[in-house]
Amino acid sequence: MTTAAGPEPTIRVRGIEKSFKDLHVLRGVDFDVAPGTIFALLGSNGAGKTTLVRILSTLLAADAGTVTVNGYDVGAEPAEVRGSISLTGQFAAVDEVLTGRENLVLVARLRHLTEPRATADELLARFALTEAGNRRAATYSGGMRRRLDIAMSLIGNPPVIFLDEPTTGLDPQARLEVWQTVRQLAGQGITVLLTTQYLDEAEQLADRIAILHQGTIIRNGTLAELKQLLPPATVEYVEKQPSLEDVFLALVGKEL
Amino acid sequence: MTTHVLSDTRVLTGRSLRHILRSPDTIITTAVTPVAMMLLFVYVFGGAISTGTGGPYVNYLLPGILLITISSGVAYTAYRLFLDLQGGIFERFRCMPIARPSVLWAHVLTSLAANFAAVAIVVGVALVMGFRSGASVAAWLAVVGILALFTLALTWIAVIAGLLAKTVDGASGFSYPLIFLPFISSAFVPTGSMPGPVAWFAENQPVTSIVDTLRALLAQEPVGSGIWTALAWLVGILAVAYVFAAAIYRRKSN
Repeated sequence: MTTAAGPEPTIRVRGIEKSFKDLHVLRGVDFDVAPGTIFALLGSNGAGKTTLVRILSTLLAADAGTVTVNGYDVGAEPAEVRGSISLTGQFAAVDEVLTGRENLVLVARLRHLTEPRATADELLARFALTEAGNRRAATYSGGMRRRLDIAMSLIGNPPVIFLDEPTTGLDPQARLEVWQTVRQLAGQGITVLLTTQYLDEAEQLADRIAILHQGTIIRNGTLAELKQLLPPATVEYVEKQPSLEDVFLALVGKEL
Repeated sequence: MTTHVLSDTRVLTGRSLRHILRSPDTIITTAVTPVAMMLLFVYVFGGAISTGTGGPYVNYLLPGILLITISSGVAYTAYRLFLDLQGGIFERFRCMPIARPSVLWAHVLTSLAANFAAVAIVVGVALVMGFRSGASVAAWLAVVGILALFTLALTWIAVIAGLLAKTVDGASGFSYPLIFLPFISSAFVPTGSMPGPVAWFAENQPVTSIVDTLRALLAQEPVGSGIWTALAWLVGILAVAYVFAAAIYRRKSN
């Protein structure tokens, strides 16, 4: 325990390196994530975002470096780390044969909660899945599946949540739904680390943004700090054209 | 740290048993081919086969048919494990604070339940076809025990296939040689009628000792030392497959 200025970071990453054969995916990654904040890891496809998340969530061992999550060392105390985290991967990891409710009850039982059914009902209601709760997950739309996936991640109230490209492959409406969910999580004091290749997603959600490029973090700061890296903006007046997304959402008429 | 091995295994086994209950066709499919083979051998070839034993040919044939049932049934374990790996649910389980061995054991116990259901169907058909046994309860328990060991041994091989597979076909393809093995054994005809090298192989491969032991138990004959050969094969294959599967499972974390 240190009494240095500011709270201890919930996630501390130091000097992480990882290679797959001759491919050096991560070449010394360092960053901290403060408690209760949303941290976005921005990078193009193949930048190593998923590799890093897999290391942080104990699924992959790093070649060098240390990671502590919620005070536990990922290499030395993986069981304690697993008790502190939840991972929502790139592809919704739901059991398609089971219903939405059964998926939630399953995870609640595996987290050894005393009232798995009540927990499941509460989460179904919170994620607007109550009506679909008794349908098999295979029949869900992409957005519903992703919401179920995130709901499963919240069971047991883990203090840290990793979201690996949570909106990849979703339609604009589902994307907004996920954004809203992520903001709610941070509002409850949960620390969120999300990876994304969409700049607007990082801009919309994140308290801090780190850019992962060629295996290292090349920039790390708030949106304002990152914007200052560019020369001051010149002011121009242009007629605002609605984007196709504005048009689509207006026509579909979904308020979020 | 994790003292939940039993409860986690129970919860996860409940999950995969539910998969089977929602697609019971997997059990029917497992039973159909062995039943067809049994019909073919009893009613088409059976008349021409001299086993040198008394009693109907179906009595002679059934033990081998049961092994073929299990050999084809374990492919579904590899298939279901592969789908779990592909779908991401496996990763979800692995980064949750649940007992590590539970994820694999749940699939193995489910395999045991599913294969016994298929075996029960095949035995039911055999009874209709005239199979009879006056075996004691103890002998039946020994039969069940040997079939359970056989299922466990083959299921752990299926786990290896499921963990290593790159495609769905690859996951289940491993079972073809296993299904074929009983044909070159005493399962259908006595090994004495085979030419030298084939007979040698048939007499020294695991299926023959297992089939002979099951047949002796069901026919109330002394099992002799064959039961120890059978048990040695079963425990040996089980141990090797388990060690390999566990090592591959561990390596997947790195």
